[in-house]
Amino acid sequence: MVGVIVVAATLAVAVLIGLLWRRRNGSMRRPRGDDVRLAGADLGAALGPRATLVQFSSAFCAPCRATRLILDSVCDAVDGVAHVEIDAESHLDLVRRLHVLRTPTVLVLDADGRVVKRASGQPRKVDVIAALGEVVNT
Amino acid sequence: MQVDPRGQRFGAAITTVVLALVLLISGYRPLVAGVLLAAQALVFATGAFAGLRNAPYGLLYGWLVRPRLGPPKEMEPEAPPRFAQGVGLVFALVGVVGYAAGLFWLGVGATAAALVAAFLNAAFGFCLGCEMYLLIRRFAVSLR
Repeated sequence: MVGVIVVAATLAVAVLIGLLWRRRNGSMRRPRGDDVRLAGADLGAALGPRATLVQFSSAFCAPCRATRLILDSVCDAVDGVAHVEIDAESHLDLVRRLHVLRTPTVLVLDADGRVVKRASGQPRKVDVIAALGEVVNT
Repeated sequence: MQVDPRGQRFGAAITTVVLALVLLISGYRPLVAGVLLAAQALVFATGAFAGLRNAPYGLLYGWLVRPRLGPPKEMEPEAPPRFAQGVGLVFALVGVVGYAAGLFWLGVGATAAALVAAFLNAAFGFCLGCEMYLLIRRFAVSLR
């Protein structure tokens, strides 16, 4: 009987985690807490003149490649936007400063390097474009 | 090395069933549950060290399922799921020690954690084990 209860409870928890994950994964959100500003020196690459898409990736990350393709295609389509990909494990200071827990994590920076939006997990292309729209207009 | 992502989901589904069985049996015969979990640990170990294609569920997928499905639309890099098999191995080994040493709830807890990960992979395509990588790296640095 103990076993049946444990299996039922475990699967219930797993379904809950899965549904939450599916809802939050890749959605563009306003970052919590104080404003964070990143300079080109923090990223090891120049900021884009209008906006920058920062992607944290790691070696054991299946959706990182698809995310890279999405962000690259957005950069090709929108003028003045740079895509910077950062290997999370060789930039652990930055990872901790920005509270990055997962890869891919995508940050949308405005022209001044302020973090305006972020997504953990592979974002949809339309959401990236919408987030950029906010940055470029304001 | 690239792998068929549907093969991973298939393997995760079998793993889910096996781990659920381990938990069901553990209520009656903890030692038998421990033996079944040890078998699953061996499956995890072959996946982690010999590659997913050469692991039992991967072979089963290659023989029985893939010929009926045809080639996949996309292949995925093998490194993430292989790392996750290693994470599964650690949990399975902790569980085996629990059941073998009479620490019932250690066995149940470790098996349940692995079951959550296997189920998320099978049902949602979410690789929880892969997510452990960055967390472990962050944690290892904060210890120094």
